[in-house]
Amino acid sequence: MNLELIILIPFVGGLLAWLTGLRSATWPRWIALVSLVATFTITLFWWGAEPLATGAGGAVPAGGNWLELSVRPWIPRFGITFFLGIDGLSLLLVLLTLFLGVFAVVVSWCEIGDRVGLFHFNLLWTIAGILGVFLALDLFLFFFFWELMIVPMYFLIGMWGHENRHYASTKFFLFTQASGLLMLAAILGLHAAYAQQTGVTTFSYPELLTASLPIETSRWLMLGFFVAFAVKLPAVPLHTWLADAHTEAPTAGSLLLAGVLLKTGAYGLLRFAVPLFPEAAAEFAPWAMGMGVIGILYGAKLAFAQRDLKRLVAYSSVSHMGFVLLGVFAANVLAWQGVVVQMLAHGISTGALFVMAGALQERLHTRDLDRMGGFWEHMPRFAGVSLLFALASLGLPGMGNFIGEFLVLLGAFAASPIAVVCAAFGLVFATLYSLWLVQEVFHGNYRSSSTRLPTDLSLRESTVFAALTIAILWLGLYPTPFLSAAKPSLDSLLGNGAPSAVKLVNQSVP
Amino acid sequence: MTTADLIALVPLLVQAGSVLVLLAVLCVRRNHLLSAIASASANATALGFLPLASARTPHAVGELLIIDQSALFFMGLILASAFVVTVLAFDYLERHSVRREEFYILLQAATTGAAALAATTHFAIVFLGLELLSVSLYGMIAYVFNRPNSMEAAVKYLILAAVSSAFLLFGMALIYADSGLMTFAALAEPEARPIFLLGGAALFVTGVGFKLALVPFHLWTPDIYQGAPVPVAAFLAAVSKGAMVSLLLRFTFSTPLSDASSLRSSLAALAIASMLAGNLLGLRQRNLCRLLAYSSIAHLGYVLVAIIAGPAMGAEAVTFYVATYLATVLGAFGVISLLSSGRVSCTELDDYQGLFWRRPGLAVVFTAMMFSLAGIPLTGGFLAKFLVLNAGVSAALWTPVFILIVSSVVGLVYYLRVVATMFSTHHLSVSATSATPLVAVSRAGGALVGLLSLAIVLLGVVPGPALDFIHTLWIQAP
Repeated sequence: MNLELIILIPFVGGLLAWLTGLRSATWPRWIALVSLVATFTITLFWWGAEPLATGAGGAVPAGGNWLELSVRPWIPRFGITFFLGIDGLSLLLVLLTLFLGVFAVVVSWCEIGDRVGLFHFNLLWTIAGILGVFLALDLFLFFFFWELMIVPMYFLIGMWGHENRHYASTKFFLFTQASGLLMLAAILGLHAAYAQQTGVTTFSYPELLTASLPIETSRWLMLGFFVAFAVKLPAVPLHTWLADAHTEAPTAGSLLLAGVLLKTGAYGLLRFAVPLFPEAAAEFAPWAMGMGVIGILYGAKLAFAQRDLKRLVAYSSVSHMGFVLLGVFAANVLAWQGVVVQMLAHGISTGALFVMAGALQERLHTRDLDRMGGFWEHMPRFAGVSLLFALASLGLPGMGNFIGEFLVLLGAFAASPIAVVCAAFGLVFATLYSLWLVQEVFHGNYRSSSTRLPTDLSLRESTVFAALTIAILWLGLYPTPFLSAAKPSLDSLLGNGAPSAVKLVNQSVP
Repeated sequence: MTTADLIALVPLLVQAGSVLVLLAVLCVRRNHLLSAIASASANATALGFLPLASARTPHAVGELLIIDQSALFFMGLILASAFVVTVLAFDYLERHSVRREEFYILLQAATTGAAALAATTHFAIVFLGLELLSVSLYGMIAYVFNRPNSMEAAVKYLILAAVSSAFLLFGMALIYADSGLMTFAALAEPEARPIFLLGGAALFVTGVGFKLALVPFHLWTPDIYQGAPVPVAAFLAAVSKGAMVSLLLRFTFSTPLSDASSLRSSLAALAIASMLAGNLLGLRQRNLCRLLAYSSIAHLGYVLVAIIAGPAMGAEAVTFYVATYLATVLGAFGVISLLSSGRVSCTELDDYQGLFWRRPGLAVVFTAMMFSLAGIPLTGGFLAKFLVLNAGVSAALWTPVFILIVSSVVGLVYYLRVVATMFSTHHLSVSATSATPLVAVSRAGGALVGLLSLAIVLLGVVPGPALDFIHTLWIQAP
């Protein structure tokens, strides 16, 4: 199987969707759906595959746990190659992307009525860009996809978004672009330093992993990477784009933003920032973990203060992603496994909450919590599912988020007990805003902005929520397949960057 | 003059001869289409002779001209740009009631001057080429004289070009006074007194700075871009800038002054000021020609960063950057020019409201150009910016690199605003019908901007061959 296919199918599908969209509104939807399902099926091929043998002839670089690699020349003049690779970590995130991507198409089925072809073109290209980010092993290629995924997302928000869409989309673009360029400078700095050291001009990730830079240089370079990933994550002082972008985006856009786009930041930290500059990352760890804790608490507080349904969910993401930041810089296998589960679980649960918000908006034409209430008796299935995902979001045992947060806290305790104690309060606040959300929308006196009674879930929506429910329960009740899929790659990523300041916790869940 | 000299000079001679041919055509028959075709085919012929000349490089014709690979490459860019401007101008002038045919004479004379600038290290040719370029441009800027601001723009350009020439001349005189040499090699004279050389170089750079519109010599740019006919603005942005960059490249690289810290740091200051001012002032523009003027100020600042980085990484970066920038800016002005009909000039941002829904093709081309200017992936502009950053980082120019990053994010705001305007659906019902009537776009013009955007995308996706080619240009450079 070809790794390029994973990226190529959505790209071509997007173009086809645009072309057919000129004639019909149905074709683009089916093309998008079929191409994403096809890509998902192809990707499943690597599930449980044996990792490639390393070392033989230098074709497969040592120290990774690659399931598949593919190198093609691209810009030989600067040692840039079209280098893709997949390991357990990438595989999980690629699957998550495609899983949510399918639902992004399905939930837009009725919501998006105009310029359908162009919409699906942008949707598929965003997904293709995100998949590229998860697969790229050449730093230039990584940056290429990193920037590429923003452009169609900008159009998704800017053209199909809600009232304040121009402001939100521009802000989103500027934040990511500014931080991205800082990362580009850091990539170039790393490239130049490596070339100076060894005389080899390359952007290849496995090769650059072997660079040993002076600590002063790597501090700056690490910061360049960190800022880019912290903006995407988002970490607290850099989070202000998120609420606007999530709120103004169409449902599919919010789903992709919250579900996968934020994960590219976490993935970048796991794959690049820490392993490339282990010492600098270890030095920086207390600050980053502090930012994580602040993100958890501050995000929760902001979420609680919102009257806009989508804003509330958006800020809850800030809080959840704080756990990711905390876990990444705890730098041990346990915490990193927690980070991976948290990424998957957050993608599913927050994605589901955004789908819920979108479905409500489709029915009521508002996101204002003051103008809804008491819907339980009119839409019991809808309310039940929403309660389920609100509970997932607050970290109820039995659902994926609990496993993720618990493992992160457990792992981070070895690194910084104080941070963990503070972060644990985030769980309490999460309970507060999640239940508050359910109470405002579904309980209390009947309030509605619409004269018509809200209708319960349609078959299409039920299918989406059913699949998401199964996924989140699977993650919560039996996370072992996911943990063991990611573990070898996490081990090798951590093994490369032997953290000096943080004590390694050896025990870990299978 | 030997046969070898002649062969090396064929492209330049053809280009210079085209002026006479155009005059002759005018004597025989006054016909707009005929003149335009003669003009375009002259450029095409000159382009066709480039491979012939390139077989003999590097070749010095006396002291005056030096024909090497990079000179021919820049000449090629200039000639190709002139070709594009000819096509745009034909379409544009058709809609204006002026005598149209003489325009091409001026255009080709200016192009000849620009082409000569790309192939010289001698002050005499520098001055000759510059004057040929500037004097023709006075006429071109004021060509459609019944447009508002057109006279003002021409007079402004006249005065500023004269001032910049004065600076250049005085700089050359200072250098000559001490070294007795009229070539750039004078700057390498070991016995020369540094005060003369440095003063001369500073004045020379100031003169070039006027032409390149580097801050603080940039004040003329927006007015002239706005006042000039759109194809002429395209010519100014592409041909004139391209020629001046190649001149500056030769000037800084062919002399040891590139290591002199005072010149380097003053160039760095110019670069930083240009990047910041260009992008910040661009934010306030509602007129696309003015916006592109400020954008060009910023872009020349980026180019300067690569020039400061030195020949090792900088030469290729600058060459690639200029090639992409020329294609981009020609495409952008091309769209504006195609949309501007005789009565209504389509240069205000509001005219572009919802353009995508009326003219999807042109809007997509314009979007590609804006993204290329902003440096977004899949366009050549992205790779060009990457190369400049790479050159800057490898020369450890951290401050300019940082300013480049910050200012290009600021610039992104106004490029995005243009894109958002084109895709917006706000005033769809109003403007689509009444405000801006649809202009019939000529096939040739439409095809041309389409090709330019294709080139931009190709440069962004498969830049390998282009980069390798540019690399070979600079290997043989003396």
